Amino acid sequence: MAASSRKWLLALVAAAFVVPLLQPLLPDAVSDYRLFLVSTMMIAAIAVLGLNLLTGFNGQISLGHSAFYAVGAYTAAILMDKLDCPYWLTLPAAAIVSFIVGYLFGLPALRLEGHYLALATFALALSVPQILKYKWLEDLTGGVQGIVLSKPEPPFGLPLSEDQWLFYYCLIVMLILYWAAANMLNSRSGRAMMAIRDYHIAADTMGIDTSLYKTVTFGISAAYTGIAGALSASAIAFVAPDSFSFFLSIKFLIGLVVGGVGSLVGSIVGGIFYVLVDNSAQALSTYVKSDLGLQFDLSAYTVFGILLILLMYLMPTGIVGGVTGVIRRLRRS
Amino acid sequence: MKTNRRKFIGGVSAAALLSGSTAAFAQKKYDDGASDTEIKIGHCGPYSGPASAYGVIGKGIDGYWKMVNDQGGINGRKIKFITLDDGYNPAKTVECVRQLVEQDKVLTTFNILGTPSNTAVHKYLNQKKVPQLYVATGASKWGDPKHFPWTMGYQPDYNTEGQIYAKHILANVKDAKIAILMQNDDFGKDYVDGFKKGLGAETGKIVKLVTYEVTDPTVESQIIQLKDTGANVFLNIATPKFAAQAIRKVGELGWKPAQYVTNVSASVAAVIKPAGFDNAQGVVTAYYLKDATDKQWADDPELKAWTAWMDKYMPSANKGDANYVYAYSVSFLMHETLKRCGDNLTRANIMKQASSFQKLRVPMLLPGILINTSATDFYPIQSVQLARFKGESWELFGNIMSAEST
Repeated sequence: MAASSRKWLLALVAAAFVVPLLQPLLPDAVSDYRLFLVSTMMIAAIAVLGLNLLTGFNGQISLGHSAFYAVGAYTAAILMDKLDCPYWLTLPAAAIVSFIVGYLFGLPALRLEGHYLALATFALALSVPQILKYKWLEDLTGGVQGIVLSKPEPPFGLPLSEDQWLFYYCLIVMLILYWAAANMLNSRSGRAMMAIRDYHIAADTMGIDTSLYKTVTFGISAAYTGIAGALSASAIAFVAPDSFSFFLSIKFLIGLVVGGVGSLVGSIVGGIFYVLVDNSAQALSTYVKSDLGLQFDLSAYTVFGILLILLMYLMPTGIVGGVTGVIRRLRRS
Repeated sequence: MKTNRRKFIGGVSAAALLSGSTAAFAQKKYDDGASDTEIKIGHCGPYSGPASAYGVIGKGIDGYWKMVNDQGGINGRKIKFITLDDGYNPAKTVECVRQLVEQDKVLTTFNILGTPSNTAVHKYLNQKKVPQLYVATGASKWGDPKHFPWTMGYQPDYNTEGQIYAKHILANVKDAKIAILMQNDDFGKDYVDGFKKGLGAETGKIVKLVTYEVTDPTVESQIIQLKDTGANVFLNIATPKFAAQAIRKVGELGWKPAQYVTNVSASVAAVIKPAGFDNAQGVVTAYYLKDATDKQWADDPELKAWTAWMDKYMPSANKGDANYVYAYSVSFLMHETLKRCGDNLTRANIMKQASSFQKLRVPMLLPGILINTSATDFYPIQSVQLARFKGESWELFGNIMSAEST
């Protein structure tokens, strides 16, 4: 079972590397726009992965991950804009800054459990866009106007378009982060994280330094999401406070729940799902209205909501949980 | 490099051949998104999210193109209007606009809404050489043909309007002590910057500036702070809901400053009526569109045409919402631009036509306001007229004022 799933994973990764090169052959199917869209999916997947480390594997709830995403994005943007820092150097910088912010936020979060933690992180998500507009920071953040950036150019004179390169850039970063997360979860620290999630008091009595683990997990989770934010700053080539509203946190949470809480593959699926459904919900709602001629003025979010309810009803453990459940049942019969 | 005779002759004949061929095909020229039967126009706006009140503009524009198509289209071509929801999130706007340009292959974008959203795609559209026409934001940066030859605004910019208020205050209020309420975003800042520019050396007359956030429930405490300064001028830079609250609170406190409210919040139905007619007597604003709820236009033929359009294409819509007037007028300008392109539907020709309007009358603009653009002037509407609230409607006064600065 494990060996076959690894084979599948390798095949998928290989396919992901080959697909952009097919552009000259299939210019419509592999357009720059589609590659860009897949890049945004990968960025969302990394952010959901970060949230999953915290919520899925450590049992802490966060509604504030849009804040860490914003911190990462702004760190990258300010470094590129003010210091002419090369775009790839902004990733480690964004990771460090987000880690510190996440770690510090994790300290008071130790005293908060469940709903209280959700509220505290909610406050964080609401306050960050306002802080970015604050007049003392305005010279740095550009205030409400945001910062306009340039898109990353392919290195070493590679004959790739900007979007092809962006695709590879995101893919490589995602694979590295995925590999790191998988290794971490397979180690002693990973087991400690999950032990805390499963039974806090038992973990404590076993000699796990729960407060250290919880704060560091908060930091790592924030760092992952911060890296996603930095990537998005490069991909979109623009940052503004309006891009990091509270709704972004909800988006990560939806990705997490839909993909599968506590599943690494689920995070990737969740990130892809969100971008895909968000885009197709609107197409679907206009299709219902203009092509089918039904007089329902369904907004895109109504369609999105209906799809979500259906999905949660059919696959309560997320897409990955649902699919593996189906496969298991088929094998048995 | 030396040019020998053979090369020269070769070059000349090639040039002659090329120019000959362009002349032969000059009747019909198309870029992506245009054909013998169809013109594709792309738009994105906030149908969801914090600014979804502006979503009606997109619906209004959609209704306008339905009318155009029912009347036979433009030069025989039907308009295909593709509008997407960006939720007022600039990152999403980038996705939407890329879809419009690369996937749907629209000929031009039109009236994308919001300053941050337009900023996010400003560079992209100019690199791709796709027109970013008549954007729905009053920021002053959209008229920069030197650096961004594919971008053009529509409405008078906030900065200019702010300057006009400043000049009016300096000329009419003795010993002005000015208190300002400002929405804490680009909209508010642009106004205040323009206002300060208009005051020139007299910026000391601003005794207090307080801000509020769009997410605040009320601005009452801000108004109390402003009143306590003893100011005799109150500049109300707020979006409709907050502008109404402010006017009402000023009335309730018995404060009697000279009041100025921005054009954004000049709607009788959305602002003045909820604030109370009594509280709004004497308030000054600047106008460029006709207010459909204002009785003085009741017999105006343009308003009648607008009402007929609303009844037919937007039957369930609220006629008091000034955004529909806006949508109608801006769509008319786009309509006129495409009409003038004739059979030469290239992106370059669209920009050429958009930048060569002379004294064009657009319905629902105030009488006397005309559209003028040129290769160096990318600000279609630059004139406003001041109005004072009296009884139950706005009374226009003074001349049409144009900005000298832009």
